[in-house]
Amino acid sequence: MQVFVQTLVNGVTTGMLYALIALGYTMVYGVLKLLNFAHGDVYMIGAYIGYFVLHWFGGPTALSAPVPLVLLVMFALAAGGCGALGVAMERFAYRPLRDAPRIAPLITALGISFLLENTVLLLFGGFTRSYQTPSFLPFSSGLHIGALRIDIVQGMIIVLGVLMMLGLRWLVNHTVLGKSMRAVASDREAAEMLGIDVNRTIALTFFIGSAMAGVAGVMSGLAFNQISNTIGFLAGLKAFTAAVVGGIGSLPGAMIGGLFIGLCESFTSSYISSQYTDLIVFGILIVTMLVRPTGIFGAPTLQKV
Amino acid sequence: MARLGVDEWVARSGERRERQSGWRGRIDQARARVGWWPRLALVVGLGLVFGQIAANVNVQTVAINSLIYALLAMGLNIAVGWAGLLDLGYIAFFGFGAYGYALFSSNALGSGGAGGAHLPAIESIPIVLVAAGAVGVVIGLIALRLSGDYLAIVTLFVGQAFVEVVNNIDPGTLGGVNGLYGLDPVHSFGVSITTPKGLYYLVLAIVAILAVVLHLLDTSRTGRAWRALQDDPLAASAMTIPVNKLKVMAFSFSATVGALAGTLFAAEQNNVFPTNFTANILILIYACLVLGGVGSIAGAILGGIVVTVGEQMLSSPTDAGYLFYGLILLTLLVRVRPWRYLGLLIAGTIVFGLAVRAIVSAVSASAVAGAPGSSGWIGSLVSHWVIVPAHPATYGNILFVTLICALIAIIRLQGTRRLLAVVPTIFAAACCWESRLIVNPAITTQIMIGAILILTMAARPQGLLGAHRVELL
Repeated sequence: MQVFVQTLVNGVTTGMLYALIALGYTMVYGVLKLLNFAHGDVYMIGAYIGYFVLHWFGGPTALSAPVPLVLLVMFALAAGGCGALGVAMERFAYRPLRDAPRIAPLITALGISFLLENTVLLLFGGFTRSYQTPSFLPFSSGLHIGALRIDIVQGMIIVLGVLMMLGLRWLVNHTVLGKSMRAVASDREAAEMLGIDVNRTIALTFFIGSAMAGVAGVMSGLAFNQISNTIGFLAGLKAFTAAVVGGIGSLPGAMIGGLFIGLCESFTSSYISSQYTDLIVFGILIVTMLVRPTGIFGAPTLQKV
Repeated sequence: MARLGVDEWVARSGERRERQSGWRGRIDQARARVGWWPRLALVVGLGLVFGQIAANVNVQTVAINSLIYALLAMGLNIAVGWAGLLDLGYIAFFGFGAYGYALFSSNALGSGGAGGAHLPAIESIPIVLVAAGAVGVVIGLIALRLSGDYLAIVTLFVGQAFVEVVNNIDPGTLGGVNGLYGLDPVHSFGVSITTPKGLYYLVLAIVAILAVVLHLLDTSRTGRAWRALQDDPLAASAMTIPVNKLKVMAFSFSATVGALAGTLFAAEQNNVFPTNFTANILILIYACLVLGGVGSIAGAILGGIVVTVGEQMLSSPTDAGYLFYGLILLTLLVRVRPWRYLGLLIAGTIVFGLAVRAIVSAVSASAVAGAPGSSGWIGSLVSHWVIVPAHPATYGNILFVTLICALIAIIRLQGTRRLLAVVPTIFAAACCWESRLIVNPAITTQIMIGAILILTMAARPQGLLGAHRVELL
């Protein structure tokens, strides 16, 4: 029972990260009908920004500012930097191809992913870097309910993740920007004729999606303690699975899909074998695609963004 | 010019009339008048002559690799270029072919350390190809339920799953991370091909035969049906084209060609490792196809050769210099008109570099103390022009990021401003190249492949040899 609950908590934490990345995929897919393969690499860059901010404040063992402030700056800069990267990507790589055949932006996305991964390799080297989280956020300082342990990083990820999802939900459902996003998603040309600034809406969608990936990158650095230039590919792929299992284009689908994939992963590794985790996740994807190609929430509803 | 629709003929007439003036037009006309088989014969003839001249084993290996990538790109072209199915799991078929060949030509299938299958190539390759075709049918059947992007995702996972499977499942037979090694050379009827030269001729023959087969396929009913499918599946099915069958066929054909390339690859390497079949290689194959021109057989072959030779050149400091400065000059030659601007631009860049270097060296001697990464005469030529500090790593990194921003700025600028911006950008590119990029050839190659994909899609989506798609309204 104890192992079960602990696995559940771990799964929810990982799932939250996947959900945050998956939201970006799904939002971009919603407005542009484009699979942004480079999204996982944006997440990787977020993790690197967090790392450098941490070292700018004196490194994990000798922080020159209070820990909450450092964390706040890490999240803020990663969100801002990744958001800007997303906007630049859209402006210079995807926008010129908006009316090209469907295959062109997909190949561009592959190229961008490759370019980002190798640029980071060139700039910062291929070795794994560590946030050394325990030295400034001790694992003992968390919630202890009986034998169950939710350490402070896990708690932070869950709370922050839920807050961001609620915020996104509010943004999409109750603001003018959200309304124009939904309009662009359902019909770009009609939205343009109705006076919606389509370019601005798409750019903002990219900004929000990439910013969330950046935050997820910092979170993963804090939780898993190691980052390298290749973490984006696999995380991106898993988040992809999450978005697809939930039904791509649907926001609640991405959230639930992310949690589902995280739980699958953590239960597989604690009850079966960590060796087969990835294979099982891929298997889930393929079976989902066969049984319900549009995902769990993918039915054509008004919830598309 | 195979059978074109009347509409397409009309739409192209303007293009043709434009082309008829000048020496370029005459070359184009002459090229169009020659049929496909004399062109193929010419290319194969050149290949044979090359095989006779190339005595160096390294050169022969690069030639074989080029042809294998050409094969891979031709196979990918069936699914992506003709049927319009974005198959991101293609690498799995390549790996399937390689592992299949490896299993049949090593001790892997023997039990208790004895025996193994050791089938001759004439038996093992057809078995592997048929099996790969069957796997292609299965994946094609899965793909039927998916449209467009979903297909891309599922196939991407198939590619990933292949690597996971060969890494983790049954290490006794598949070798796990250590792969399979000690494979037999290609042997049949008592003849065994042991030299790179022999293998080169074999691969050349296969590429030539496959080019003929694929050309005939392309101009057949099936080929036209595939393109109809790519343009609009719904309209195609309304015209009674069996959409589902064609999709499965495209997958299966593409898988077979990929597996064929895999068997040759395994025979050439004498071993197979899971790392030979990762997403990086997939992107390399896409780069070959996209650069040459999606949908064109000649383009796929050219793309395979250009990318492989380019990759090889980048790993040697002397050749990499030729490639880099040659590409810059070529780009300027093609893009900058009139001629006097071109002269001004080159002279301006040289003077600009010398001036900046003079200023920097007056301020700090250690800032120009490093040696350029190029060797040979290019190295000695640029050593008094580029700025390479004593510790170039950080400087090179900053320069690289600046360079990307400068390139983006150049895309946005127009007219004289653009010309003015080009001068410092070329100089910065040269400095960055000499201090950072050339030192890490492996990473530089990957960055360039990424850039090829992005730039080709943005600037010339039809690739080097692909036909411009005619928009009919």
